[in-house]
Amino acid sequence: MFGPLTVDPKKSKGGKTGAWRIQVRPQYLQKNCIACKMCVLVCPEGCVSGKEKNAFFTDYTYCKGCGLCAFVCPKKDIVMVEEKNQEEKK
Amino acid sequence: MKEFLEGSRAVAEAVKLCKPGVISAYPITPQTHIVEELAQMCADGHLSSQFVNVESEHSAASVVLGASAAGVRTYTASSSQGLLLMGEVIFNIAGMRLPLVLTCANRAISAPINIWNDQQDSISLRDAGWIQLYAQDNQEAMDFHFIGYRLSEDHGIMLPTMVCMDGFILTHGMESVDVFAQDKVDAFLPAYTPLYKLDTAEPISMGLLADPDYYLETRYAIHDTMKDVLKKLPVIAEEFNAKVGRDYKDCLVEEYCTKDAEKVIVAMGSVCGTIKEVVDQCRAKGKKVGLLRLITYRPFPYTRVYEALKDVPKIAVLAKAVSLGAMAPIAAEIKNAFSGKKKTPQVISSFVAGLGGRDITKESIQDIIRKLTTKEVAQDFIDLKPELLKESYGG
Repeated sequence: MFGPLTVDPKKSKGGKTGAWRIQVRPQYLQKNCIACKMCVLVCPEGCVSGKEKNAFFTDYTYCKGCGLCAFVCPKKDIVMVEEKNQEEKK
Repeated sequence: MKEFLEGSRAVAEAVKLCKPGVISAYPITPQTHIVEELAQMCADGHLSSQFVNVESEHSAASVVLGASAAGVRTYTASSSQGLLLMGEVIFNIAGMRLPLVLTCANRAISAPINIWNDQQDSISLRDAGWIQLYAQDNQEAMDFHFIGYRLSEDHGIMLPTMVCMDGFILTHGMESVDVFAQDKVDAFLPAYTPLYKLDTAEPISMGLLADPDYYLETRYAIHDTMKDVLKKLPVIAEEFNAKVGRDYKDCLVEEYCTKDAEKVIVAMGSVCGTIKEVVDQCRAKGKKVGLLRLITYRPFPYTRVYEALKDVPKIAVLAKAVSLGAMAPIAAEIKNAFSGKKKTPQVISSFVAGLGGRDITKESIQDIIRKLTTKEVAQDFIDLKPELLKESYGG
């Protein structure tokens, strides 16, 4: 008898890390953004996108909710808010 | 062909005949002669295996794990501290269902450091998911490698085998052994065909993270496969017996004068040779004594043990290992074999002997038979020297 033993390798997009989020998620206010891109650079999942001011956003399919983007934002334009719906994670 | 060989040399010859693709080992007494011999065979061009020299047993086990995962037959050997240093990888090998064979030259565990024989090292790894076979003599130590590879590499089993042979007593003892011709071995042991392997053309990942949703099933699968081993091993042993003319029966247990016995000693490994002599002497005097020798310790053959011992009134279990603070390992298993059964023996007494290489003599065995009365012995240490023990620290 065999249990789960081997897996086929997937690209990193296969690992939907959004499921790891607990309690909080980042909210991009898009009010005082200066497009410094610090949030893009610091994100360990590389799931923050945007080019113009007040137009940055994250992909919640992969966002683990670590809070680094909110921590690094010089304009406090990203805030961590309570996770409302578990379903939204996926 | 019959040859007069040291146990280690005999095992090296057996491993050579199994043609492993990769061998990796780190020397430790009393395993050294086995791997020394194999390294020599590779250096002399008599064996085409890749022999990987490493800096520790942890690395040796890791090398054979990786090589086995890549799809070749692999071999390693160790003892005592070395086997314990492999410990983490030993569990990984079974968990990844890699069918390699390891020889354990049984030796005591530190501290205090002791290079002599008991069976604490392999017994301490009984829960790792390995099949464990215990040899009584050098011929068995050889033959169990052929049987081990055949069993481990079975696509329904895919679990590693540890062939346990008592350090020095067997590894350094000279005996006449039957060394097979290559074609005879090839007829019994076909080339290894992996069920899964690391291959860049068809990549898979092994030994990954299994979260709480998956881990339990991986353990259940090994436990369930161990039950299949109890069915498969007798079939393979029977074929081996027929092909090369041995008599290992089902390779689970050996019953020696147990049929009408009033007292039976249960033991495993080389000490059984001594016990058989004592049994013969007792029988000559009309005393109904017998021996049940465990060959397979993992998986534990509960049903076979029950069948063999259900009509025996007095049983003594002799272990060359302890579970400090609890009943000795083999005695606990034997008691377990009778739990909830209709027939149970009057007494199952537990004896510990031979730790750290203290000789188990015929007198030691006689002592056990004498102490096996209607009063159950909870745990008696045979040949204990009370003069070495003090209640308070005295240097």
